[in-house]
Amino acid sequence: MRLIGKEEIENIAIGAALLGTGGGGDPYIGKLMALQAIEEYGPIKLLNINEVPDDALIVPSAMMGAPTVMVEKVPNGEEAVEAFNSIKEYLGKEVFATMPIEAGGVNSLLPLALAARLGLPVIDADGMGRAFPELQMVTFFLNGVSATPMVLSDEKGNNLLLNTINSVWAERIARTATIEMGGSVMLAIYPMDGKTIKASSISNILTLEEEIGRSIREAKRHNEDPIQEVLKLTKGHILFQGKVTDINRKTQEGFAKGTASIEGTHEFKENECFLHFQNEHLLAETKDKVLCMTPDLITVLDSDTGMPITTEGLKYGARCVIIGMPCDPMWRTPKGLEVTGPRYFGYDIDFTPIETLCGKESE
Amino acid sequence: MTNYRIGIDVGGTHTDAVILDELYNVISEVKSPTSEDVSSGIYQAMREVVKSSDVPVDKIQYAMLGTTHCTNAIVERKRLNKVAVIRIGAPATLAIKPLVGVPDDLKDILGKHMYIVRGGHEFDGREIVQLDEEHIYEIANEIKGHVDSVAITSVFSPVSNSHETKVAEIIGKVLGNDVALSLSSEIGSVGLLERENATILNAAIVDVARLTADGFVQALKKEGIHAKVFFGQNDGTLMSVEYTVKYPILTIACGPTNSLRGASYLTDKSDALVVDVGGTTTDVGVLISSFPRQSSLAVDIGGVRTNFRMPDIASIGLGGGTIVRINEQGDFEIGPDSVGHQLPKKGLIFGGDTLTTTDVAVALGKAELGNRELVSHLNLELLERIYDKMVELVEETIDKMKTSGDPVPVILVGGGSILFPTQLKGASEVIKPNSFGVANAIGSAISQVSGQVERIFSIDEFGREKTLELAKGMARQEAINAGADPDELQIVDLEDIPLAYLPGNATKIRVKAAGALA
Repeated sequence: MRLIGKEEIENIAIGAALLGTGGGGDPYIGKLMALQAIEEYGPIKLLNINEVPDDALIVPSAMMGAPTVMVEKVPNGEEAVEAFNSIKEYLGKEVFATMPIEAGGVNSLLPLALAARLGLPVIDADGMGRAFPELQMVTFFLNGVSATPMVLSDEKGNNLLLNTINSVWAERIARTATIEMGGSVMLAIYPMDGKTIKASSISNILTLEEEIGRSIREAKRHNEDPIQEVLKLTKGHILFQGKVTDINRKTQEGFAKGTASIEGTHEFKENECFLHFQNEHLLAETKDKVLCMTPDLITVLDSDTGMPITTEGLKYGARCVIIGMPCDPMWRTPKGLEVTGPRYFGYDIDFTPIETLCGKESE
Repeated sequence: MTNYRIGIDVGGTHTDAVILDELYNVISEVKSPTSEDVSSGIYQAMREVVKSSDVPVDKIQYAMLGTTHCTNAIVERKRLNKVAVIRIGAPATLAIKPLVGVPDDLKDILGKHMYIVRGGHEFDGREIVQLDEEHIYEIANEIKGHVDSVAITSVFSPVSNSHETKVAEIIGKVLGNDVALSLSSEIGSVGLLERENATILNAAIVDVARLTADGFVQALKKEGIHAKVFFGQNDGTLMSVEYTVKYPILTIACGPTNSLRGASYLTDKSDALVVDVGGTTTDVGVLISSFPRQSSLAVDIGGVRTNFRMPDIASIGLGGGTIVRINEQGDFEIGPDSVGHQLPKKGLIFGGDTLTTTDVAVALGKAELGNRELVSHLNLELLERIYDKMVELVEETIDKMKTSGDPVPVILVGGGSILFPTQLKGASEVIKPNSFGVANAIGSAISQVSGQVERIFSIDEFGREKTLELAKGMARQEAINAGADPDELQIVDLEDIPLAYLPGNATKIRVKAAGALA
């Protein structure tokens, strides 16, 4: 167990943006909520996954809805407390701890704000190890954990307890209810016992985010190159370096889809990279070779500052380094690839791990 | 009968002033150092330009001022109003209080009276809860006599501002007319915290704006000039003194905007990149249909994250007075610090002791200024490398501001622009207009007046096309009322946001029309 204070939150926010692989929503609101909660309720207890008793009830938390609504109608902070009370009542058991379901973007910080308020510890684990756009794209789902019973809560005090036959129904009903409740709600979702958490989550993810954030900030302070440190922490590889020359965007089925073209510089001179995204970066390739693909992580960093650039923030002229990082092994199983592999997102190729693509399998 | 106008623009290094005739011919131009208090530098530039022009003072009809007073007050945390902050949004928004994330020294000054009351709207225009009017009366009585400016921000006020206007009405009733009221729906767009910050900053600089305006009017009167006074705002149009005092934050970043507008006027180009080389920095902006491209990201002012409209400007620490340092290994460093307006004293070519970018350009014969003999001892090969780096820095900034790889026209303005060559990478042509040194003051003088309408229309009634025309007509009328010439009006900004779940296909439409003074 260790304590998370304001300094740690600043670092985690940067790490969350990096593991957000270009999507996941701006962690800014989540960061401010966590900072205020720490100010009011004190530092947050972070538990290693091994410290969780097998029979303890763990309830992950997240937001659902439009990030644009959340930046205008900022949460109350109490809505998640209500959600947790409902689930406790329904299951007839005390909640031992909460945790994020998603490591990237805004959802990695919301459970921290909630935990400070509830006096609950947060488990150093999540269900993605990155950001993904849909509720069933979590490792818990791969292990047969049900998303429900789940509770949606709004700032007005409304609570909706859902018990559905599967995750598809959970998603369908929750999306509709979210609109009626004002476009952005807090969720208590995927309740599990400690034993299941240990088998089906990705551990040490908040610590990793914190270390990423710290190394980027420190490198910046000392005018050093932050990217090498990030690669070491994430077992990542530089895929490409260059300048964005073109971005082709379209909105399709509610997703911000598009392709960015990057003209090579440094050792990549004379070459061109194409980066395909749908909310998150999903596939990076040159004319003759695929460099990295989902569910492995692709992140674009500003070459000067090492700070992550989101898919919306990508624009012509940006000088960037594209890095690829291996995903959690659970995503590379047949079931994992079925849910988050290249074919699920409409790319007609078989998954090949980044280590193989980079020719560095031995590392 | 000929009439004249004065345009003044305050930069980091110089305060520039011009007098134009009614056909916008430049009658006289001066550059004068920017003073620490800003005002005395403005008055001096104004007196000098009037004197050197020989124009009869009673023929000066308009005076346009683009100033940095408001920005400076925020950055220096000085001369700020006593502000009350009212947010309408509870029970939502309580998880992040106002001014969280704002630097502590500013929070201490502006955060003394903060309130969050019940009210606000959903994204679709429904009320989250009813506005708690009783609470507003309580607050009004509590802050009476303790504050002179109130910032009012309601959740989703860009969709419905009815709670903000109701609160303003109550506060006005209790506190009287001397208290300034800033409404967020008139200042920023969706994004509560950033809009609230912008509104609080606006409330904090109301007095600074008032004193600046009064001082300028008095200074003109002292010279016998009874001109109508306008302030430049950051979209390239003018505000009356009354409007400036209400929305002073709109003056922030009017300087780069004035340069862009002046460059457009001097070259007759409506779409181009403008590189403004001052004494300390180089600002690169983009002209689209003669107006600056607006930034789409959150903008930091004095460490505060805001989201009101700002010109999209890339600024680098490279100007005519930028200091160049050479070490023993023959490596060099350019800036970012500058000798500023002391260049004529400190630069080598003027007999000073500091190597500046201007010295480098003169030594290489790229510019003619001062005494080239005084830099003839420098190593030419090294100077070439330094100069190449200077050009590269500018070219890289130009490239970052472009939206595609295609070459575009580049206009070079500002006193420091003599440093740079007439060929730049990524430019289809490089234009250095006459009066390039005071393009910003010219931009200030030729600014147009605008009229804006922002309200919710029911599209079903007339259809989208007709409704937009209706709104445009209203904006045009506003501009004409503000003094614009009806024959030269243009629609310069148009935005419509459909509001879901409201009967009649309700849409919020914002239109701005701008044109020359009649």
